[in-house]
Amino acid sequence: MVDFAGWQMPVNYGSQIQEHHTVRRDAGMFDISHMLALDLDGSDATSWLKKLLANDVTRLAASGVAGKALYSCMLGHEGGVIDDLIVYQLDSDHYRIVVNAGTADKDIAWMRRHIAHNTANVSLSPRRDLAMIAVQGPRAREKTWQALPEIEAAAAALAPFSAMQPGDIFVARTGYTGEDGFELAFPARQAATIWHALLGAGVAPCGLGARDTLRLEAGMALYGQDMDDSVSPLDAGLAWTVDLRNPARAFTGRSALEAHPPTRQVLGLVLLEDKGVLRAHMKVVTAAGTGEITSGGFSPTLEKSIALARLPLACTAGETVEVEVRGKHLAARTVKPPFVRGGKILV
Amino acid sequence: MSHVPAELKYTASHEWVRLEADGLVTVGITDHAQETLGDIVFLELPASGRVVEAGAAVAVIESVKAASDIYAPLAGEIVDSNQALVDAPEGVNRDAYAAWLFKLRPADSSALATLLDATAYQNSIADSSAE
Repeated sequence: MVDFAGWQMPVNYGSQIQEHHTVRRDAGMFDISHMLALDLDGSDATSWLKKLLANDVTRLAASGVAGKALYSCMLGHEGGVIDDLIVYQLDSDHYRIVVNAGTADKDIAWMRRHIAHNTANVSLSPRRDLAMIAVQGPRAREKTWQALPEIEAAAAALAPFSAMQPGDIFVARTGYTGEDGFELAFPARQAATIWHALLGAGVAPCGLGARDTLRLEAGMALYGQDMDDSVSPLDAGLAWTVDLRNPARAFTGRSALEAHPPTRQVLGLVLLEDKGVLRAHMKVVTAAGTGEITSGGFSPTLEKSIALARLPLACTAGETVEVEVRGKHLAARTVKPPFVRGGKILV
Repeated sequence: MSHVPAELKYTASHEWVRLEADGLVTVGITDHAQETLGDIVFLELPASGRVVEAGAAVAVIESVKAASDIYAPLAGEIVDSNQALVDAPEGVNRDAYAAWLFKLRPADSSALATLLDATAYQNSIADSSAE
């Protein structure tokens, strides 16, 4: 067990590598109750979110999919990332936002100031009464139906990256592993019952360790490691989440981003020699200059060490670079993330 | 609860040490150490012939969580290392006391008496997990 933003959380229940494989091949579950859901209501909800977030929430209604989800960064005035989050549109004036545990208090304070500053008709309700479980893997959906038959009829048709609330359980077809599955949110008092029902359906408990290697293989950024308040999303491989199409949408941080074009890019690294493990903060030497690993580890799917690295803009995928690992220079190949999606190796 | 065989000696840095009939000592990491490290994915073992001081970092174990140095429990000369384990480092997780890392010829065998016995090691890990 480790302390994670004030929550006691298991790194692994048994073998972390086994938990990782179970999610890629079958179905595993993560207790993600440390993450915080925030409900947003009010006639200005959409217009306010257009100012708050770097991605454009008008994409949600435009998608035509009910309960559609959007991944976005929330930026400070200087363009640094205050947090990355998922926002679900539940109806025109009602959204649910899920933020990271370690940043939740900071996020709420920022959002409340932002609401007041814009005199927006929006109410923000932190839902600390909810627990959340992510069920992930190619068999996650069928095993969830088996465990929770009451949600099957309503949620079976749920499109990827969207959510609905058929009863007590909020069901989102989202995740942080690169596999299909659900993130379920429900009143905390039901947590043990739901966990045991999933366990009974053969869903394996998985810890923070597997969650980290799964998201790393999926090329997904981790707040506090791959980006933070001091880093622009344009330098953190998150330019795809910054929506500049509407020139009139003056979201917080936009002017800073426009004044400071990217200086770095994020590429994946695959260690070529079987002589160590890439870790965060290791130095990367390329023909175009030096860079740094932001997340690294051992990939159980590739059976090699992989990493996400912030590198000079002139680097391209397919180059051989050197990484300083415990005083030695080891060769690695640059690749375009993700490394793995839907159980398949992509690099 | 980790397994701590009574017949072995231990270091506070979680190595186990076994005195062999030929006067060499065999060194590995304890069950408690492998459990704390998690799945082990890479090993770097010392070359034979290397002369080391007690407490010198001589090997590296990388797990899914972190890289950890392994220390020489006694001064002496490295005479062998377990190359088969380098190709299958998960063996350390499977049986930490069968998965030896290296053998060392102690400069002074009487120094073995300075190491922890099973009870003392058991107490040292109980203290650290109570922190």
